[in-house]
Parts: sequence; C-alpha cells; structure tokens
Amino acid sequence: MTASPTVAGGADLADVARSDASLRRFLHGLPGVDQVGADARAAALGTRSIKTTAKEFALDLAIRMVDLTTLEGADTAGKVRALASKAIRPDPTDPSCPPTAAVCVYPDMVATARETLGDSGVHVAAVATAFPSGRASLAIKLADTRDAVAAGADEIDMVIDRGAFLSGRYLQVFEEIVAVKEACGDAHLKVIFETGELQTYDNVRRASWLAMLAGGHFIKTSTGKVQPAATLPVTLVMLEAVRDFREATGQQVGVKPAGGIRTTKDAIKYLVMVNEVCGADWLDPDWFRFGASTLLNDLLMQRSKMRTGRYSGPDYVTLD
Amino acid sequence: MTTTPAGDVFAYAPAPESRAIVDIKASYGLFVGGEFVDGGGTSFKTINPATEEVLAEVAEATDADVDAAVKAARKAYDKVWGPMPGRERAKYLYRIARIIQERGRELAVLESIDNGKPIREARDVDVPTVAAHFFYYAGWADKLEYAGHGTTPLGVAGQVIPWNFPLLMLAWKIAPALACGNTVVLKPAETTPLTALLFAEICQQADLPAGVVNIVTGAGATGQALVSHPGVDKVAFTGSTDVGKAIARSVAGTDKKVTLELGGKAANIVFDDAPLDQAVEGIVNGIFFNQGHVCCAGSRLLVQESVADELLAKLKRRMSTLRVGDPLDKNTDIGAINSAEQLARIRELSDIGEAEVGTGEGAGRWSPACDLPSTGFWFPPTLFTGVSQAHRIAREEIFGPVLSVLTFRTPSEAVEKANNTPYGLSAGVWTDKGSLILHMANALRAGVVWANTFNKFDPTSPFGGYKESGYGREGGKHGLEAYLK
Repeated sequence: MTASPTVAGGADLADVARSDASLRRFLHGLPGVDQVGADARAAALGTRSIKTTAKEFALDLAIRMVDLTTLEGADTAGKVRALASKAIRPDPTDPSCPPTAAVCVYPDMVATARETLGDSGVHVAAVATAFPSGRASLAIKLADTRDAVAAGADEIDMVIDRGAFLSGRYLQVFEEIVAVKEACGDAHLKVIFETGELQTYDNVRRASWLAMLAGGHFIKTSTGKVQPAATLPVTLVMLEAVRDFREATGQQVGVKPAGGIRTTKDAIKYLVMVNEVCGADWLDPDWFRFGASTLLNDLLMQRSKMRTGRYSGPDYVTLD
Repeated sequence: MTTTPAGDVFAYAPAPESRAIVDIKASYGLFVGGEFVDGGGTSFKTINPATEEVLAEVAEATDADVDAAVKAARKAYDKVWGPMPGRERAKYLYRIARIIQERGRELAVLESIDNGKPIREARDVDVPTVAAHFFYYAGWADKLEYAGHGTTPLGVAGQVIPWNFPLLMLAWKIAPALACGNTVVLKPAETTPLTALLFAEICQQADLPAGVVNIVTGAGATGQALVSHPGVDKVAFTGSTDVGKAIARSVAGTDKKVTLELGGKAANIVFDDAPLDQAVEGIVNGIFFNQGHVCCAGSRLLVQESVADELLAKLKRRMSTLRVGDPLDKNTDIGAINSAEQLARIRELSDIGEAEVGTGEGAGRWSPACDLPSTGFWFPPTLFTGVSQAHRIAREEIFGPVLSVLTFRTPSEAVEKANNTPYGLSAGVWTDKGSLILHMANALRAGVVWANTFNKFDPTSPFGGYKESGYGREGGKHGLEAYLK
C-alpha cells in the first residue's frame, strides 16, 4: 500500500478524522485567510475585460454550468416541468444553445423533474438533509436523502450542521457527510456550507477541507435562503481549497456558488476566477456549477445579443 | 499581442482601451508663466516603450529657460500665491483635483502610452491616487496653523521627478508645495514628460494664476540647472541614489531645504503562519506592480524555511497567470520596461544573478513561459532562488520585475537580513500574529512597514526612507513640514 497523502506540515490525511481533536488540529493548522487580501484579489479578478470570442465561450460555458433551481414552498409540478423543459432547451429559437447542467428541486419534485428530463443528459439535483436549515436528526436526513435518490436524483445537495461546525464539533459534521454520502449511493454529493452563517473566510476554508476529507464531490456556498449567499471572495477561498486538495491528494472536487448570481457580468467574473485560480481543468460543468434561476435568462439575452447584435428583452425569454 | 498562459482554453480576446481620448501633439514647449513657450535647447523625442513609436518632440530647457521659469515662479510667489489666503489656494487645488478626476481616462491612457505601465494600474491606482493627493492637501491649505509646522511657505520649490510614476510623483511634489503657499518649477523625467505637460493644460483649465506651476522638460543637465539655481528655496527630488547624492552635494552650503526620496531594496518577510495565498498576492504586487519600477518594491523575498517550498510552488503557479503584453489591453498585468537603457540594466543584473546563484539544489533563475512582443522593451517576470546576502541581486536595486528569494529560520535572522542593506525605504511582514508584526515594525529600519499587504499608498500616510533611501517625508501631515518654515 502506498503512503497516504500528506499536506504541508506533514499531516497524514488518513489519520486526520480519527478524533475531534485531530480534526481540529488539522483544520486549525491550515494557513489563515487574510480577509482584506482575499477581498482585494477577488475584486482585482473582477476587473478582467471579457469581450468578443472570449465572451461567446464564457456564455455557453456558463449556461452549461447552471443548476436551474426552484426551491419554493409554492412550487408546483407544472412549474417544475416548465423548468425542466427550459433546462433541456434554454433558447427554443436556437438549437445551438446548450442545455443546462441540472435542474435543482426539493425531493418531492424529483420524480416530476425526472419524468420531463428523461435521458436528455440534464441531471436532477435534489436538496436534502432537512434543507435549508439542516435542523433534523441524522436518521431523518438520511431518509430524506434516500427518498430523493430513490425518486431518481443524480445529485444530492446536502447542508452541513452549522451549529455543530461553529461549536467545534467537527467530527460530527464529518461523520454526517460520510453517512449522507453513503446514503447517496451512485448519486453525486454536493456539500452546502451556508457561508453566510459561517461568517469568516477561515471558517470557509476549514469547512471546505472538512467536506473534501469526508468525500464530498462538490462544495457549495449557500442554500440561497440566507444572506449573504455566494460572493466572489468566498468562492475564491473555496477554489483555492479544491486546488490545494488536488495537489495534496490527487482528487479533484467541484465548486458551486449558489444564490445571488443574477447577471452575465457576475457569472463571467466567477469563470475568470476559476480560470486563474484553479485553471482550465475546472472549466467544465463536472467541476463548476452555478446555483441560479434568473441568471439563465440574462445569459440567454446576452447570447442572443452576441448573435444578432440586438437586445431582445425579457419578453423574448421564457418565464421560469 | 497579450500573451496567455500555455494551454489556456479560456483565452481572453484583446480588450484594448481606446487611444482616441488622448490628443498627443507633434511637439511640446515648456510651461513657464502660465504659457507654453519654446525651449532654447535641442528638442528630444519621447517614445512609447511598448512599440518604440515616437510620440512627440519635447523642448529641452536650457539654463536660461530654467532661469525664466524660476523668475516666473518667484513673481507668482511674491505677487499672488504667497499672499493668497489658504482657503483661496484650497479652491484652486480642489478644482485641479476635480479636473483630474474628470479627465481621468485621458490621463490614464496617456500615462500608459508614455510610460509603458498597464492601463489597469494607471486607471485603478495612479490616477485615483493623484486626485486623492490633491484633494487631501487642498484640505490642509487653510488649516496649516493646526499642523504644527508653521504657516510660512519657503518660496520657490525646484522639483525633479522620476519616470516610474510620472503623474503620481508630480502630485506628491506639487500638491503639498502649493497647499503651503509655495510656487514650483518641476522637471519631469526625460522619458515620460507627457502627463506633466497635460497637467500644465489642467492648470490653465483651472485658471491657476500664471507662474504658480512651471514645467521645464529636459534631461540631467536641466535638472542640475534647476536644483542649483540660486533662486530656488527648496529642492525636492525622487529618483536614483546616485543622482540624489549629486544633488545633496550641489546644494551643500546653501540654505536650500532638501528632501530626497531615493532607491530601495525592500525585504518582504513571510513567516510560516502567514496567510499564504494572500502573501503570494502581496509578493506579486510587491515586485511585479509597475514592472517592478517601484522604489519601494519588495525585491527581496525573505521566507521562513519551513514554508519556503510550499510558498514558492504557489508563487510560481501565480506568476504563470500573469499576462505580459500590450499596456493598453485592459487585461494586461505587466507592461513594457520604460526604456532601452533600463532594460539593459535589468538584463545585465539578471545575467549576473544567474551566474551568482548557479544551478545547485534549489537555486536558479526562473520565469514562466511567456511570448514577449518583438518590438518595444520587455522583460519577463523573473525570480531567483538560492540567493544569499552576498549576491549583487540581493544588494543592488534592479528596478525591474526581478525577485530574489532568500530564506530564514528565526525572526531575529529575518531582521538581520532585512536590515543588512544600505537602503531603508520599505518592508513587508506577513504573519497572523499581531505581536510579531509590532515587533518586526519596531526592528526594521525602513520608512514604511506594510503588514499583510504591500505597495499600498494613501495621501494621508507619510512616505520616505532611512539611510541611502533618502530623507524627508512626503504625504500626510508630515509632508507639510518640507514646504514650511
């Protein structure tokens, strides 16, 4: 057997999750994040000017990365079917427009979404584990997860127990992620931190490593139900974490900012950041997603502007 | 023309800032007594260092021209500016600051063309800081009695500025001088006179009384004539240590007041508990900002041995994403070297460095792959590892995008190495430990110590050096002292 991967400081990753104490030592031994510096770096990347061919590339890539989302108490089967149709053909007037990555719904809507999406290749993502608060027993969370997977979900977006994380019970959070991953079976697991509740960038970095060590396929910023949701600096810290994790372990993990990304301009800033922080390997829907609803329409309007030279306006894209 | 990192699937299309906003004249005269006048010397050409294209012919001021400029400044001082109440002077300075903001894009484009710096920096750093400087000192003009340095101006200030931040150095010199009631004769650098001449137009636009600001262009002889002119009461110089020493000699024995802001070889010190990703940004900003043409550049990286490998790997990866090329492209990070002469010096010292550090374990010269344009003056971002204090690249100011990396084990070793230089302009400290920051700031013999950041400039903060980095302070309340008696 080869030696387990280690990170700077020589920590043996296989041993890290042995106890709360060892997990805490490891997470608190990660290099800190200077908030002012991280904010400045994110702002500087936001000044890149993406035009013409680069913008065309970015628009199509961004559309392919959208997890088209509806997470409302008032969701209906009709709305979910409409959303799923839109995910397959975002711009009905233009067959060259790529589909989105997935449709993201509550577990009870998974079967409906599955039915419409069929074998289109667009995934069904379900939020589970007592989303958005995560306030339920582990048994309920696991049942929630299994229910969504059984209904046909390809991806599960779970929330971590922020109360346990903030009070330092890292092992509990770790074990919960491991258990949910097991309940996912073949479905991919995205781990939501709700960074607006974690508050500090140091916490975001620690949560990122914790979720990656526990086997999450994706790390995700937010539920969209808490403000602030995704921000550029928070995503920067998470991108640095997945980059460093692959360097240490060889395993690649995806990143999904969710909530508050509404315009093409914002989406392109995120893509620039992925490109310059992680590199081209992450510029793919398998490794980067946008959790969004209104973003798609802005991307479509910009795309049609690139093609025709004219803005079409909101009456020419479908309502969600 | 901008190069992109190898294997870049997301290639940024060219995004050039338009030159149309700038109207560059075929030739420029001197700005004396509120008017543009012909110079008596042999006019010289200023070029775009990114393309070697000739931009304009610029007049050379002779001794007689300098004398006329000093007389115009004296007249304005005696008749108008000296007697004017501070609150009236402030109005002119506020007006200048606002015009600088209004014409910010024009100034940024012109600065980028004449100097070679990326438009992103000219637009986001140089011009906003210039306007901020005028706003800041405008605020002092009617409050001098509260600053504690007196309220009497010195008279006529002779000011000589360098080519690395042409407009910003102009602001550092002119704003406090005018706020305190002095008049000025300023000589911009030979290779970058254009924004100073545009500033002269701004003075006209602001209805600044004739003779309060005079701009004389030329090379070393013009500068020498200015600083040694007997009608000058105050000499302010920013530039190389050699020229600074010559100026100090030429004014010795006179009653001129002098401030000198000279070279540097700053240590950027990274401890093992530093926020490493942000430290990498600070290192990049410290040495590659403005192509490394920064007197306070963090040209010596001192990194604690236990994180050296990790930090260097991160730094190299980050350097591979730097975009070198057309300064007017909005996505360019590193522009052109300002002149053939400066490029030759950077090349010479880098070649010496390569021979000095050798190719032993962990030692060598490294640059990311980047295609440099075939015309113009270019040098790739470069770092040297395995550097010791004895090497010339650790001792001499290169004034280019060249970083020397040294390691240390303990804080006291870091202090010893950081201070072991004839210079003392700036230093950087990276650590999560507040007490260590304070300890280092006390121990470092440098005028500015940045903690967990680098190359941050603010008009309210004094700036200046220890030892061969010069004397006197510019900026902040301290900056008033140099222009009052």
